[in-house]
Amino acid sequence: MSTPTKEAAEPASKIDMKESGGGGEVPSFEITLQVRRYDPEFSDEARWDEWKLTMYGTDRVLDALHKVKWNIDGSLTFRRSCAHGVCGSDAMRINGRNRLACKVLLKDLDTSKPIMVEPIKGLPVEKDLIVDMEPFFQSYREIMPFMVNNSPAPTAERLQSPEDRERFDDTTKCILCAACTSSCPVFWTDGQYFGPAAIVNAHRFIFDSRDDAGDMRLEVLNDKEGVWRCRTTFNCTDACPRGIEVTKAIQEVKRAVLSRSM
Amino acid sequence: MTTTDSVALPTQGIEAPRSKRIDPKYLRRSSSSSSSFEMAGWVFMRVSGAALVVLIFVHLFVNLMVGEGIHGVDFGFVAGKWANPVWQFWDLTMLWLAMLHGGNGMRTIINDYAEKDSTRVWLKSILTLSVAVIIVLGTLVIFTFEPCMVDNTGQLLDSAPAFCQNV
Ligand code: HEM
Ligand code: SF4
Ligand code: FES
Repeated sequence: MSTPTKEAAEPASKIDMKESGGGGEVPSFEITLQVRRYDPEFSDEARWDEWKLTMYGTDRVLDALHKVKWNIDGSLTFRRSCAHGVCGSDAMRINGRNRLACKVLLKDLDTSKPIMVEPIKGLPVEKDLIVDMEPFFQSYREIMPFMVNNSPAPTAERLQSPEDRERFDDTTKCILCAACTSSCPVFWTDGQYFGPAAIVNAHRFIFDSRDDAGDMRLEVLNDKEGVWRCRTTFNCTDACPRGIEVTKAIQEVKRAVLSRSM
Repeated sequence: MTTTDSVALPTQGIEAPRSKRIDPKYLRRSSSSSSSFEMAGWVFMRVSGAALVVLIFVHLFVNLMVGEGIHGVDFGFVAGKWANPVWQFWDLTMLWLAMLHGGNGMRTIINDYAEKDSTRVWLKSILTLSVAVIIVLGTLVIFTFEPCMVDNTGQLLDSAPAFCQNV
């Protein structure tokens, strides 16, 4: 065991702990939070609500929403689950850009202006920041987001070389937050386009050496509303909270559809 | 929200609360990928784009830089060019490619921005009509062009190119 150093004995309860110094106080600042509210039970019109809040340097947009919901207006409605950027529940439009509320630090935004939070665009709003994700998942289902392998199952894993695994590594990171699809102007128009997220998740299997259904997925995405509707605007790459090179993945799928039919 | 039965999934045990509740606006109307028309369009835009770079810049160079440059462009200059089958072919290709490329580009833009099917049909009809008119008219002009025009007394017009004197 390591030699005991002269450390202050830990108090019985963390609550009794004095400000033990060291890090210094977390700076606090005032923000104005504006949220686009919609509640069809009261009005067909959406409206902006505004709150002035005191927040801390470690707080994220999600913490500001929590502060409102827990202390000021319990009717404020939004999705969140993990609060740490892994579940993909809280994609929203923050100052006009699609972001996860749990990954945007308030101090990184311009706090001299109101922080504007809206639901993601292109999907039907159900209440406040909650949209109906069903059309988004419908497209996801259509590209068959599961491994299809026609050869008899081996006794152990289906092995794959590190290079083969690397080929689709980027697109395995998707958390289905819909930030990309709902940032795409082609999707906004009529919601018919499969959207970047469906293509990213097709890419994850199309380029997996163990998968046998690549042709079927390419066929699905050769649809009138498939990859060819992409106009390469890069909104999706910009929006992805996982840093996936979405536009590049779409481009690779386009090439794969093309070379398949040559 | 509207309920549709068209996406009913087979019921297994307790149905998910949201099943069968997709807004019909999002249901894809396209019958799944029977043709590769959109892919052909995508390839055509790139191939014709590459060809247009050469066609347009040589066109601009020859018209605006060579010889007297822009000051030399008049009725006679155009007539002279079209007396040559190479330039006839050049301009014909440029006309067709630019119109089909531009037309298909506009079709894409209409698809991307028109929200209602009826708007789409209208805009695309106008587009198809104008593309067709310009292609037909342009092609006719290139092939039926008469450089040595005469007035009603049979006298060559002043703007006629020099080579008409020898005809
Ligand atoms: C100079 C050489 C040209 C090149 C290299 C070129 C290339 C391209 C390419 C690759 C696209 C497809 C963009 C996409 O799929 O997202 C495109 C679109 C388009 N082009 Fe061209 N083009 C050229 C000339 C022209 C000309 C002369 C016209 C007009 C007659 C034109 C009109 C359009 C239109 C309207 C679009 C659709 C806009 C869009 O999709 O964003 N282009 N062009
Ligand atoms: S690709 Fe990125 S932005 Fe799109 S759904 Fe997946 S994680 Fe979200
Ligand atoms: S709450 Fe899970 S990703 Fe933000």
